[in-house]
Amino acid sequence: MSDPASHERLVEELARSLAPVRPLPGPGWRAVAWFSAVLALAILLLPLSDAASLQLRLGVPDLRYAALGAILTSMAAAFAAFQSSVPGRSRAWALLPIPPLVVWLGVSGLGCLRAWLAPASNLAETGEMRGCFVFLMGVSLPLSILLVTMLRRACPLNPSLTAALGGLAVAAAAAALLVPFHPHDATATDLAVHLVAVFIVVGLNGLLGGRIIEGAPRRRPAATASQADP
Amino acid sequence: MSLAQAAYSSRFPVLPARSEAPGSIASMPARSTPSSGEASLATAMQAAQNGDAVAYRQLLRDCVPVISAMARAKGVQGPSLDDVVQDTLLTIHRARASYDPSRPFLPWLRAIAHRRAIDAMRYDSRRPREVHDPIAYETRADDGPPPGHDLEIRARCRAVTEAVAHLPPGQREAIEHIALRELSLEEASVLTGRTKTALKVNFHRALKALRAALSSSKEGSDV
Repeated sequence: MSDPASHERLVEELARSLAPVRPLPGPGWRAVAWFSAVLALAILLLPLSDAASLQLRLGVPDLRYAALGAILTSMAAAFAAFQSSVPGRSRAWALLPIPPLVVWLGVSGLGCLRAWLAPASNLAETGEMRGCFVFLMGVSLPLSILLVTMLRRACPLNPSLTAALGGLAVAAAAAALLVPFHPHDATATDLAVHLVAVFIVVGLNGLLGGRIIEGAPRRRPAATASQADP
Repeated sequence: MSLAQAAYSSRFPVLPARSEAPGSIASMPARSTPSSGEASLATAMQAAQNGDAVAYRQLLRDCVPVISAMARAKGVQGPSLDDVVQDTLLTIHRARASYDPSRPFLPWLRAIAHRRAIDAMRYDSRRPREVHDPIAYETRADDGPPPGHDLEIRARCRAVTEAVAHLPPGQREAIEHIALRELSLEEASVLTGRTKTALKVNFHRALKALRAALSSSKEGSDV
């Protein structure tokens, strides 16, 4: 059933078209490179933020830990996405972002109790929440494009998983970047808005990013066609 | 035996198929140790990353039987095996920058081959295939003639032939030339020496007689 002639033709074709390539840096280095871009964006946006209220909010433990959880989730998810983009690496890396994700969402959920625990809290208005949503989406877009482009340079064998992990990294990074601009304290509706944004970013990355990462279709009928040839 | 084959067969001694021909991977003892095979493969891939086409060609050739064995171990069979081999070779080519020379080559190759094998099996499972369903086969309506159709036609021909044979000679002559041989009245007139009017009269009388004979025979057979 084997067709050595067609394999030999393909080997010759591939050897002829061989060009030198530089081995990609390790997943850790690529994750660091992407996160450096996130930090650069944060530095660019920092002058626009309200430093006094940021300092005040970071003094509250649950808001501080939620921000820390978002940052760790973003780093872990980015690292897992780069790991999953290299053939032969363990798929267990995909579980890496779960602990910080639990911390991030769990601590953010404590904000739901804020109205009872601290009645004087500054609660969100509808217009402000819309602004949060737009900010999350606006920041996620360039970060997603950068991450998908970087992931595409490797060879993700499970593109949807890789892209979904990338989406989580982007959504968490966007949520962390939102902290200096957050005009109010966390509430249940605020958390819901963030979660919706996270799900949209992860879902879009998983659906669209997976297809983009997968790249050109493979030459499926090659062997069959060559067998059919006389 | 190539280095890749040696490395693979020593790491996975059971995997090469029992149907391998003499002289193939399975029939040869593994002489190289896994570590030496791995190291050589890693070196060859590193050379390929630097643009060494000779090393790359040899590496891909060595990979073909290894990929084939890996795909067979995954359950790929038939023509799909060649598709998996070629898809894997193409993926190796596209993803060669993602290989880390400090790591072993075979796990990298195996991950790609396994993924392409799964892709092939999914692709095959989506294609329509022959199924074993004897009841559907038995109950399917046949587009052809019903059973006994030929017998019925043969019986009808025999009845017509007999009825024509019992006609008077003039009428039989008219039927044979005009109806069965489909000659024109002029041609039939020349052949028989009868006038066209006589032929017409005989033809119509013959049709009437045949109709009567065949309808009576049909009624008789129905009863």
